[in-house]
Amino acid sequence: MNKDVTFALSSAGVGESVARGQLDRGGVAMNNKPATFTLDGKTIPFSAGQTLIQAAMAAGVYIPHLCYNPEFKPHGSCKLCTVKADGRHTSSCTHQAQDGMVVESDTKEINDERRALLQMLFVEGNHFCPSCEKSGNCQLQATAYEIGMMSPHFDHFFPDRPLDASHPDYLLDFNRCILCSLCVRASRDVDGKNVFALSGRGIKSHLIVNAKSGRLADTGFSGEDKAAHVCPVGVILKKRVGFAVPIGSRSFDEQPISATPHPGPAAATLPPHPQGACPVGPRSNAATLPPHPTVKDV
Amino acid sequence: MSLSLETAANPENLRRVAIDPVSRVEGHGKVTILLDEKNRVHQVRLHIVEFRGFEKFIQGRPYWEVPVMVQRLCGICPVSHHLAASKALDAIVGAKQLTPTAEKMRRLMHYGQILQSHALHFFHLCSPDLLFGFDSEISKRNIVGIAEKYPETARRGILLRKFGQEVIRHTAGKRIHGTGAVPGGVNKSLSIAERDELLKDIYQMVAWSREAVHMVKELHHKNPELYNSFGAFRANYMSMVGFDGSLDLYHGRLRARDQNGDILFDGVDYRNYTQLIEEEVKNWSYMKFPYLKSLGKEKGWYRVGPMSRVQNCDFISTPLAEIERREFMAYSGVMPMHAPLGYHWTRMIEMLHAAEMIKDLLHDDDITGSELMASGERGFEGVGVIEAPRGTLIHHYRVDENDLITMCNLIVSTTHNNQAMNEAVRRVATQYLHGHEITEGLLNHIEVAVRAFDPCLSCATHALGKMPLEVEVLNEAGERLSILSRSGDGLFSAS
Repeated sequence: MNKDVTFALSSAGVGESVARGQLDRGGVAMNNKPATFTLDGKTIPFSAGQTLIQAAMAAGVYIPHLCYNPEFKPHGSCKLCTVKADGRHTSSCTHQAQDGMVVESDTKEINDERRALLQMLFVEGNHFCPSCEKSGNCQLQATAYEIGMMSPHFDHFFPDRPLDASHPDYLLDFNRCILCSLCVRASRDVDGKNVFALSGRGIKSHLIVNAKSGRLADTGFSGEDKAAHVCPVGVILKKRVGFAVPIGSRSFDEQPISATPHPGPAAATLPPHPQGACPVGPRSNAATLPPHPTVKDV
Repeated sequence: MSLSLETAANPENLRRVAIDPVSRVEGHGKVTILLDEKNRVHQVRLHIVEFRGFEKFIQGRPYWEVPVMVQRLCGICPVSHHLAASKALDAIVGAKQLTPTAEKMRRLMHYGQILQSHALHFFHLCSPDLLFGFDSEISKRNIVGIAEKYPETARRGILLRKFGQEVIRHTAGKRIHGTGAVPGGVNKSLSIAERDELLKDIYQMVAWSREAVHMVKELHHKNPELYNSFGAFRANYMSMVGFDGSLDLYHGRLRARDQNGDILFDGVDYRNYTQLIEEEVKNWSYMKFPYLKSLGKEKGWYRVGPMSRVQNCDFISTPLAEIERREFMAYSGVMPMHAPLGYHWTRMIEMLHAAEMIKDLLHDDDITGSELMASGERGFEGVGVIEAPRGTLIHHYRVDENDLITMCNLIVSTTHNNQAMNEAVRRVATQYLHGHEITEGLLNHIEVAVRAFDPCLSCATHALGKMPLEVEVLNEAGERLSILSRSGDGLFSAS
């Protein structure tokens, strides 16, 4: 009844990993002690199949993240949740926990890397927090505060990204997109609509909508959709309700993002992945998806 | 009223003196003076060298962002832009009549802004000139010098400003660049605790504001020759007045008077401002030059701000400020006061009025009400006008069916005063510099004249795409080989 799980990519070596990964489905080690790993020295219990970030969040420990949302399959693209697991960099949203693992997260080295990632996100788009409706409720802004980002550091790209205001009730401000793909996942996996997709490659990656015209108004998008409510930044906004919540009453006014429970219910734990490697990534799951209807690739 | 001294006939042989930047004003500007070998003044210009361009980049943004975005024009009076934009956009959401709580919250925010801005200007920026003298020791001519010699005056200035900022914080969420007003209303009312916190200090603020009026009044009485004549020039003046003719800084109709105080127009719906005002662009400043269409460019320029407002209204609704207004009007006599230093006196009268209005609003139950928003039939164009600390502020927007801004026109208080400020510095240059050896103290006289208007230069620079330019190609000897010029309508020509 105890199905062993191996973690082939553990930096500690396969043999040791197998020995340490002898778990049952409930996350109980072979010696009947609860399975745990240490995160910055703190012992974190976990159950079989939980990723590092899931176990950390369940234990009330914050690991910075943007594209991860417990309601959806991990995407592993923003890399903010990168930790060092047994000395190796890995995305904590996709890396399954293993008994005895030593994980570092809140260290100068890793936070410096996270800060650089945030700075790149800020300069790649047009993020003008002062007049952004999402300010105070924005996970990018709150995470930048959390990590202590004091300046953009890099040269701004100042991309030209016109708004899509065609939909009667919702606005798309592509200037703020961080390519987290949460709207893509919500529309595809929850709404069953495939309204959104990421198009282009590398630095030219961008969010598009599923209509020949390229306009949101010509998709099946609706304000009732899950996709309308998952954007961690200020891309998908309900029209005509700007700044209705006064300063002081917004999500991150009273406490930082590290102390704020993640919006939405905690996701069920992932089933143990047969290979033990990162189970999903921005491109790795593309082959398993139903074919996406034709989208205008601009 | 003339445009003499704007452009020297033969500038090439003249000596250039520049005050760059003009200090103790908001934003960046410079004054250039061209003098001949006998220090006779031939040309004086106040140049505004900042470039902002909000009118252009606001296009294509959703309208509900605008009140929060455009207030970034300014760090001194962002509330004025915030409220003028909100007023304009009330028309877009069809809010013809705000709820009592919304209107009173906006007014409270605005009076807090007037109080803090007027206190900042008088105590921090101008009192060193007025209390120490225009050509006094330069190392002491600042707020630190005031704090040393007149500690109580400095303390009151700082606390008056702080109180005004607290009013803004409680109404807009932040002391600078808050979000209180939204198209159709406001996003919060005062809590009982916030109201009581402000009530605790308001009576002291009223008393200090009153004493500040008395202080300026005394300066005028002590030295009428200086205060009545320094940089004086006659001009038309314009402001918004309440529907009942009172001094109303938040809402009303436009009224203008000529240099003799006779009405030029009255009761004008500000939504029709384009029928009254035209803006001219000159090739040496980023700030436009507005004028009254009916009088033309030469004679149509006008003044705005405290001295225009206090003399333009029929009365002030709060008792202490009304007493002071009457005294000011009696002092100036039959003819309107035109001397720029009169701005300080009237500015303090307005500060007293703002403090009294804050006191009244804090005692009004509507200020803690819960009805915050109004709406109605969707509109596509809106004009909002407010009397900002520095004068009449006009915001005008058009919005398309997708809720995006397609047109934005801002006529900012300081812009209205552009020609008047230039006129004032020319008068001062003629009065004090003409034929004299230039010293720092003399040059500060020029700055004193500019400061009297409390210009906000960063707010006032929007001539995007309309800036006339001249590019000259010179040889090594400095001889002009060719010239490329662009006129105010954007057309290029070469010669």
